[in-house]
Amino acid sequence: MSNIKIALAGNPNSGKTTLFNDLTGSDQYVGNWPGVTVEKKDGLLKGDKNVVVQDLPGIYSLSPYSLEEKVSRRFLVEENPDAILNIVDGTNIERNLYLSTQLAELGLPMVMAVNMMDVVKKNGDKIDFEKIAKALRCEVVGISALKGEGGIEAAKKAVEMAKRSVVERGPGKLPDVPHVFSGTVEHAIAHIEESIQGKVPERSIRWYAIKIFERDREIIKKLEIGVGEMKHIEEHIRDCEKELDDDAESIITNQRYEFIQGLMSKALTKSEIRKNKATLSDRIDRIVTNRILALPIFILSLCVMWWLAVADGGPGTILTDWANDGFLGDGWHLPFTTHEVDGKDYETASEEFAKAEATVKAWEAGEKKASVEDEETGEISEEWDIDEAAYNAAKEVEEPDPSQFGVWVPGIGALIGAALEKMGVSETVASLVNDGAWGGVATVLGFVPVIFVVFLFLAFLEDCGYMARVAFIMDRLFRKFGLSGKSFIPMIVGKGCGVPAVMAARTIENERDHRMTVILATFIPCGAKTVIIAMFAALFFREMWYVAPLMDVIGIAIIVMGGIALKKSKAFAGEAAPFVMELPAYHMPTITGIWRHTWIRLKGYILKAGLIIFPACVLLWFIMNFDFHFNLVGEDGIDKSMLATMGGWIAWLLAPLGFGTWQGAAASVSAEIAKEQATATLGLVAANMDGASTAAHVTNLFASFVPACVPDASKGSVAKLIAMSFMVFNLFIPPCMVAIAVTFREMGSKAWGWLAVGFQLFVGYTLAMSIYQLGMLAMGCGFGVWTAIAIIVDLFCLWAVFRPGRRAEG
Amino acid sequence: MKTLNDVKIGETTKIARLLGEGAVKRRIMDMGLTKGTEVTVRKVAPLGDPIEITVRGYELSIRKDEASKIEVA
Repeated sequence: MSNIKIALAGNPNSGKTTLFNDLTGSDQYVGNWPGVTVEKKDGLLKGDKNVVVQDLPGIYSLSPYSLEEKVSRRFLVEENPDAILNIVDGTNIERNLYLSTQLAELGLPMVMAVNMMDVVKKNGDKIDFEKIAKALRCEVVGISALKGEGGIEAAKKAVEMAKRSVVERGPGKLPDVPHVFSGTVEHAIAHIEESIQGKVPERSIRWYAIKIFERDREIIKKLEIGVGEMKHIEEHIRDCEKELDDDAESIITNQRYEFIQGLMSKALTKSEIRKNKATLSDRIDRIVTNRILALPIFILSLCVMWWLAVADGGPGTILTDWANDGFLGDGWHLPFTTHEVDGKDYETASEEFAKAEATVKAWEAGEKKASVEDEETGEISEEWDIDEAAYNAAKEVEEPDPSQFGVWVPGIGALIGAALEKMGVSETVASLVNDGAWGGVATVLGFVPVIFVVFLFLAFLEDCGYMARVAFIMDRLFRKFGLSGKSFIPMIVGKGCGVPAVMAARTIENERDHRMTVILATFIPCGAKTVIIAMFAALFFREMWYVAPLMDVIGIAIIVMGGIALKKSKAFAGEAAPFVMELPAYHMPTITGIWRHTWIRLKGYILKAGLIIFPACVLLWFIMNFDFHFNLVGEDGIDKSMLATMGGWIAWLLAPLGFGTWQGAAASVSAEIAKEQATATLGLVAANMDGASTAAHVTNLFASFVPACVPDASKGSVAKLIAMSFMVFNLFIPPCMVAIAVTFREMGSKAWGWLAVGFQLFVGYTLAMSIYQLGMLAMGCGFGVWTAIAIIVDLFCLWAVFRPGRRAEG
Repeated sequence: MKTLNDVKIGETTKIARLLGEGAVKRRIMDMGLTKGTEVTVRKVAPLGDPIEITVRGYELSIRKDEASKIEVA
């Protein structure tokens, strides 16, 4: 028999993911269930490649209310797995068995793996497996997933049972399923079973009958039970309800728990000593969610993550710099091998060489002053007078050889450059390989360190149990604007990079909260957007220190107001989801667990980003360097390139924002590949402007955008206004392509993806338009059609935020 | 009738009845909050909502909205 399918089912926090990883090793595939954003994982069983292990979402019940439950139910009754491996948390067995009673009713071969047996034993508790096995008609084994003990054996047992059941089960022989309900209820269920015979798979008939008793709409609709028949069934249900004075759903739930309580009183012996003693987890929790200490501890943990990932001098930044400039770029010195030459370290020597180079270049061009520019902002960072003596001295300065300053490891970029030079390829090919192709790969890989650090920290927070407490602490605040307590983490992550932010939203179980968080999280200006802010702050808003922090404030304001508006919109209307959340016991996560957790996500990012950014960068290089006759135009001829032409096509769309020119369009479009590209493209498209530095080019470019009708006196202010509009537009329209792609995946469907991107585009466009149009109005530059449109759209936005909400949301 | 919201921190009580219907009620019951179950209120979140309770030997967080639908003895 080939291809046995084992469904791995269990409560959240029962150690299911750990067991799944143990069972499948690296042979797993992570995706989404069709049409929904619930994670779908399957993998091949270690040591038996004919067995597929399918990891179902963590669920508490097989009720029809949450997405996870629906997905699991459908899989179990429609995909016909050959056996169920039910993982149960031995330290929290009572509630865990509630799901087990429902799984057992499906009539599939089932093995129950009681997890965390090491903790149970350490606590001095005893669980009688035999009694549970007898009561639930399944096999029960003890395992310890974290320690990797017993998992494989449990899975093998499930495979064995699956094989045996095929041989043993003849036609008409029903599986032995537990009967947990009282006489009256069993009587009604028997009647329902009778009336649905032949309509449902024989072995699961009891499960279906109980669902119908609960008046499960999904099942009743699926089975197409006639009105007359349903009326008959309904009579039986009503009789039960009358006798037990409760509704059918409650009767079933109550009796299940009563059955489990009865079973536990016989099968579980709690250690007497421990009964009234606070566990370590209790003691940790008392501090961490303390009324006074909770918020400071939470903020502190955020600061730690912040420092780890993106702060100056933190490990994330150091790793990023190393990756970008060293490993992927020119090269790097092995740590502890560096030393000074002539009293200078390598950096000082390189700086001196750069200045000397600038002096030589300026003097030969006939200038009296030389300058060097800041790499990121294009601003002149240093300027000095030169004369012939300085020129002659500068000519003598030699480029420092890095290998003299320590053990120098050449970077991949440098190696590729050298290899191309050796092969003697043409400049165009060299540029394609180095700037286009390798540039694309390097952009993706350059972000890996930050994302790795963020994922690592998130995995730790999740695995140790703190994430649930974060939601507990923050819920009240975030519920006010339609989000949940768990939405906070993605937004914090978003300050570093939008891609992991969108991916971190996965931890939000509720579909609506999840989608809203995905749409809103990327409004926080990410690391790449900070580069844009830095450039504009330096070039245009030097005396306005508040512009940079203002962008964060705008981002937060969009999240708050966007959340409120979206919550009131049709797309997100409906009954509020219950916030009933388990607070799992704290435990020390294992290194392998965290590593796997991190690696699976990181791998996802690298693949996704690589597949998108790489071709996009090659394409961008191509349209920047060629015109429509496929003639190479070179850097000076960028105004004749395809990028310029295509920018011209869409420039009119940006006219209401003040920068409706091919340069503005080209910079904005290229920023969609990676946001920081906006600054580089601006530098290139402005190269033909007046001025000695990139900074001057860009400033003059924006001055050239100012409409002719503006009086000379206000030209300067209007240029600043356009710069502000351009910056805001690029910060708050949909994020870069990778983030958009991840957004589409996380939203679950194309329609939702477009809704997200459409909303983001609307927000960015409206903001930029309002800034430009209302700014122009305030400066007395006239009232036009677009001024009116801007005011109308703004009024619409205010209405969307402040109109009364729908009642259903409560 | 007293609801779970009225129970003081540290007190233990028994569930008498669940109000409401549909998804929220079912979810509360699925988590083990059924008639006659013992519940201990552990703490209130720093911002005043939600609350943390112990039920069937584990910790659960529910909003005050939901707690107000749980009548206790």
